[in-house]
Amino acid sequence: MAYVRKDLVGLKDLSKDEILFILDQAEKFKEINQRDVKKVPTLKGKTIVNLFFEPSTRTRTSFEIAGKRLSADTINFTSSSSSTTKGETLIDTVKNIESMNSDIFVVRHAFSGSVKFIAENTKAAVVNAGDGTNEHPTQALLDLLTIKEHKKKLEGLNVAIIGDITHSRVARSNIWAMKKIGINIKLFGPKTMLPKETAPFDSYIAKNLEDAVEDCDVIMMLRIQKERMSSVLLPSDREYAKFFGLNKNKLKKAKKDAIIMHPGPINRGVELSSELADCTQSVILDQVENGVAARMAVLYILSNNI
Amino acid sequence: MSLLLKNLKIVNHDKILENTNILIEKSHIKAVTGESPEAKEIIDLSGFYAVPGLIDMHVHFRDPGLEYKEDIFSGSKAAVAGGVTTCLPMANTKPVNDNSAITKYMIDKSKQCGLIDLYPVGAITKGMKGEELTEMGDMLEAGAIAFSDDGLPVMNSEVMRRALEYIKTFDSFIISHSEDKHLAGKGVIHDGKVATITGLKGIPAEAEEIMIIRDILLAKLTKSRIHIAHVSTRGSLKLIKWAKEEGINVTCEAAPHHFTFDENSLLEYNTNYKMNPPLREPEDVKAIIDGLKSGLIDTIATDHAPHHIDEKFVEFDLAAFGITGLQTLIPLTLKLVKENKLTWQDFVRLTSYTPSKILNLSDRGEIKEGKLADITIIDPVYTYIFDEKTNKSKSVNNPLFGKELTGIAKLTIKNGKIVHKI
Repeated sequence: MAYVRKDLVGLKDLSKDEILFILDQAEKFKEINQRDVKKVPTLKGKTIVNLFFEPSTRTRTSFEIAGKRLSADTINFTSSSSSTTKGETLIDTVKNIESMNSDIFVVRHAFSGSVKFIAENTKAAVVNAGDGTNEHPTQALLDLLTIKEHKKKLEGLNVAIIGDITHSRVARSNIWAMKKIGINIKLFGPKTMLPKETAPFDSYIAKNLEDAVEDCDVIMMLRIQKERMSSVLLPSDREYAKFFGLNKNKLKKAKKDAIIMHPGPINRGVELSSELADCTQSVILDQVENGVAARMAVLYILSNNI
Repeated sequence: MSLLLKNLKIVNHDKILENTNILIEKSHIKAVTGESPEAKEIIDLSGFYAVPGLIDMHVHFRDPGLEYKEDIFSGSKAAVAGGVTTCLPMANTKPVNDNSAITKYMIDKSKQCGLIDLYPVGAITKGMKGEELTEMGDMLEAGAIAFSDDGLPVMNSEVMRRALEYIKTFDSFIISHSEDKHLAGKGVIHDGKVATITGLKGIPAEAEEIMIIRDILLAKLTKSRIHIAHVSTRGSLKLIKWAKEEGINVTCEAAPHHFTFDENSLLEYNTNYKMNPPLREPEDVKAIIDGLKSGLIDTIATDHAPHHIDEKFVEFDLAAFGITGLQTLIPLTLKLVKENKLTWQDFVRLTSYTPSKILNLSDRGEIKEGKLADITIIDPVYTYIFDEKTNKSKSVNNPLFGKELTGIAKLTIKNGKIVHKI
């Protein structure tokens, strides 16, 4: 089995084998990050451009470290998603940077589908670092890597994904991948943050937080974006914490060895109590660490296909 | 000047005449006959169908102001190439067609072009801002035929009520672009399964239905006449059915894209499928086809909405809403005839006969002695690629562009003159 695509646009279209192939590769790269000299010459001479049309620090940093540890030249390009204000179209921007003989684009963009749009219009390999509310495939890959590390398996696990499902690209990428792998998913969040049609997720929609975490091996809390608090989606962060946030008491329903995940950055005391964020069941920093290995694997695999 | 069209299958809304001839003298139909009267020019059209020139109650010709997308000349060429001889261009031009000077400009330019009859739709409110009524009487005198803020709904119910009342004086009517702007929000596709899958923001069916029922009720309140543009949901049709049963003066149209495609076309984020109202669910497509058949839907209108390629070759959220439609109207409607979902008579009823009734244009809509010689000759089996050569619009924002189509206007006759032929 191998991965022969030019790009990694999302996990929705990948096969189970393709996903597992990337995860295997990521596990191999983990060791490099433990070394004293954390660098291999694998991507020497390759140019990776981080094209970020939406603000990000952790994902961009993670990709930058991943590229550098593989000895690629990594360049950051930050812009606004609203091309109209800049007067240059998205594809013109991409073509310009492509002309400097870039090998891989790592793209984040505020609009769903825009990374696919770029991938279809450039010769360079494209990695989706988050497009609107569509997908964030490397986040799901690092999540799966972390789950596998802690649970020693993936298939048959019970996972709860809790929070703003509608607007979460992290949720979507995880749902598509987990369903292919054979993980049981429960989704929960305020009804204002669940899509009108949930059938495509093929997941159990929980009645309340206790129902969601019951018997779970993994609890994935999603970040609630502060700007949504002021809109009509939620009345207050106080009420969110009360009914949709995870705390020690509600965690009791889950399996004793359940792990707690969060894609970060955490709103402490809103979706997750500080007590839980820092407890031994929390694997949030492992996720961040695994992010580098997962992204190294993706960059390495795609560079082989160029 | 006389012209004899020979050996046609002549389709009217009520019957088909086999192997019949049409004698045209000057601008009118002189005879529909089995005989072969003398004529200056004779064209043998054995095997083809003659239908009344199509009347499209909903087009955007972008003129004045947005001529880089379309103008009255290119739009008219696309119309006759699509068998359409009468068009109602919407008011969302730049500046908006909200006064008689703009209306007159459109009509004068159309006369200069001389291919079709153009009956502009004036704006309901000044600048289409939804606040103050336009000088509708004055625009009607200048040649406008109906009123709509199409592209934008009139959100204020009081304004819509007064517009409906005011227009009664002049025996015209209001065309409703039914959309609750708040509920539609920043949605770009239908709020259904595909919105869940793609992460694209959805526009619920109810955004359309809420405004349809409001406008139906306002038509009831004012005893005025309303025409609902581009109906796209099965729920909307239930509301319209109820209104018609109640005796409320409501008519409606459906666009070919809404009975041809559904939301599943959007899985690949192709911006040529981005339109407003959005492509809905397969059940909605079925309901629209049933409505066309039963007569619940009165007319087929294209909502021909040309956009420059630069406005479509962008991120999905930023892409313009709309699809061209004039030259796909015949092939897409004929597809329903071929699938036995509609008859040829239904085709005529939906594309010319009923529109002529709604618009009070008693000189057209039928191939009959004394009527205007607006006639479209259709070759239903002609197969071709819809490409740069075929396309007469300035724009190519249609997912069928570059694809194979079957059925075409072979000959289009307007006021007795041949304005298009292949």
